[in-house]
Amino acid sequence: MKILVCISHVPDTTSKINFTDNDTKFDTNGVQFVINPYDEFVLTRAMWFKEKQGASVTVVNVGNATTEPTLRKALAIGADDAIRVSTEATDGFFVAKQLAEVAKNGSYDLILAGKESIDYNGGMVPGMLASILNYNFINACISIEVDGTNVTASREIDGGKESLSCSLPLVIGGQKGVVEEKDLRIPNMRGIMMARKKPLTVVEPVSFDATTSSTSFEKPAAKGAVKLVDANNVGELVDLLHNEAKVI
Amino acid sequence: MSVLVFAESSEGKFKKVAFEAISYGKKVAEQLNTNVVVLTINADNTSELSNYGAEKVIKVTDDKLKSFSAKAYANVIKQVVEKENADVIIIDSSVNGLYLAPIVAVNLDAGYASNTVAAPSSTSPFTVKRKAFSNKAFNNTEIKTAKKVIGLAKNSFGLVENNTNTTEESFSPALRDANFGVKATSVDKATGTVTIADADIVVSGGRGLKGPENWGMIEELAEVLGAATACSKPVSDLGWRPHDEHVGQTGKPVASNLYIAIGISGAIQHLAGINSSKVKVVINTDPEAPFFKAADYGIVGDAFEVVPQLIEKLKEFKAQNA
Ligand SMILES: Cc1cc2nc3c(=O)[nH]c(=O)nc-3n(C[C@H](O)[C@H](O)[C@H](O)COP(=O)(O)OP(=O)(O)OC[C@H]3O[C@@H](n4cnc5c(N)ncnc54)[C@H](O)[C@@H]3O)c2cc1C
Ligand SMILES: Nc1ncnc2c1ncn2[C@@H]1O[C@H](COP(=O)(O)O)[C@@H](O)[C@H]1O
Repeated sequence: MKILVCISHVPDTTSKINFTDNDTKFDTNGVQFVINPYDEFVLTRAMWFKEKQGASVTVVNVGNATTEPTLRKALAIGADDAIRVSTEATDGFFVAKQLAEVAKNGSYDLILAGKESIDYNGGMVPGMLASILNYNFINACISIEVDGTNVTASREIDGGKESLSCSLPLVIGGQKGVVEEKDLRIPNMRGIMMARKKPLTVVEPVSFDATTSSTSFEKPAAKGAVKLVDANNVGELVDLLHNEAKVI
Repeated sequence: MSVLVFAESSEGKFKKVAFEAISYGKKVAEQLNTNVVVLTINADNTSELSNYGAEKVIKVTDDKLKSFSAKAYANVIKQVVEKENADVIIIDSSVNGLYLAPIVAVNLDAGYASNTVAAPSSTSPFTVKRKAFSNKAFNNTEIKTAKKVIGLAKNSFGLVENNTNTTEESFSPALRDANFGVKATSVDKATGTVTIADADIVVSGGRGLKGPENWGMIEELAEVLGAATACSKPVSDLGWRPHDEHVGQTGKPVASNLYIAIGISGAIQHLAGINSSKVKVVINTDPEAPFFKAADYGIVGDAFEVVPQLIEKLKEFKAQNA
């Protein structure tokens, strides 16, 4: 089985979010970039397939050269090789087009992506990629097993989960559950050494007109100070929630 | 030209997000000087849709579409878009909506703006405001294509009543077997409890509650309020509560009208997931807990004393307002 894992390169959750150039660009100053947390889950699942079922694992990112340390980290976790499509990742549809090209060229059986990137929280790429390729697609995937070309999986639904079956080729948008958090892999020294020698291929993008463009960013309006209610006067909270906030 | 809203239903009943999507669709249609067409799939009673501005309802009923199939539903939407000559397609952000929208966008060669929180600030260029960076910022996005798909963030626009004369029409889409490649084999769903995704009010407990044996009062509070229960990550990691109650950056997102955090410190990763709730209340012994900076209302106090009183006061309130 040939597996492709889509890795998005995002600011660490604790990053301060600021903008520059008249609020049109994200300010990367002092920001630490990491593998998108959802992608860590699916990458770890890919390692499991590699070790237990003899799969090969390629990681891919659409981005400029600054994302390479993130791809190297994925190699250190155990991926066999990496591909970077050398272009700015501006829009979900555009990224999906680029990934589809990589997927076609490598004829992967299983494409693992996260359900969303925590930067723009688009949740667009996996479904778009599957549709462009006309592959099966499972979103919010919380478990996946592959036997030959048969897949059994489950996805989160409101208030529970749904079991699914399909065949390869398949794209998933995965999340916690495909592996448990305690099983997440982190790079060790040996992995880091080996990653330096693993192939990282840079490919040129295909042309595709952007379907959307970001015009500007805004910060939420500053919140007023918290209104404190005395612990001995809990009734006042009920009053405020009813008469002022109008939520009960 | 028209605006098409997909009104999601589950077991024949509309979800609240469906009414919100129609309210939003009505607003966009007004901006574009056109009509709202609403698509329903296997919904029982469509009369409620006229309360929110639906001018035309296209009703699809087909046993093959009984369980949700993203690809097949997307294909039905495409057929209706063509039939109705729709330019703007609105889909909610439920788990199924998020599954569906990117497929619809590719099928229509449309630009897709997910997590949209407001009516377009301009219709030419067509620009919408979206959530980004885990609710720490907003992004204004221009959709450049002729057809446009908007994913509406839950509880961002609200319900707007707009009584309308609605016409209704049945439609039998052509269904292709190829679109049913992913088959649902079984569903495992809690019944009778309010889910975090659907809830208007969420009551959430953290490590400050000391142990699973103390959740009785959280459940009672939730029951009085008709709320869903949730918890912080360590609480589910410790096995005090089931994993599907874990909310935050790495858990479920919450976008309720009211979020009550009890014994939760308010770490950035927790707040990232619950920030889009409208009104936040914190109950915590530590006045320095970061949650007080994020909350609208707070009580500095011991949950074991405050919560039982709150339950009493709410019961009195309900008795008076019944
Ligand atoms: C990558 C990453 C992702 C994460 N994702 C999430 C996530 O999705 N969701 C999440 O919740 N966390 C997440 N976390 C963990 C997060 O950083 C915090 O550790 C966690 O939210 C703390 O949970 P807590 O507030 O319940 O516990 P604590 O931080 O232990 O806080 C307990 C609070 O209870 C108060 N308290 C104690 N006794 C009482 C009492 N009797 N009455 C009232 N109050 C009392 C204390 O003052 C304290 O403020 C993540 C962390 C990382 C590193
Ligand atoms: N620039 C990118 N390069 C590679 N994969 C990506 C990129 N952007 C998004 N993805 C994948 O798509 C998933 C969902 O991202 P998004 O649609 O941006 O929310 C991520 O978790 C990644 O697996």
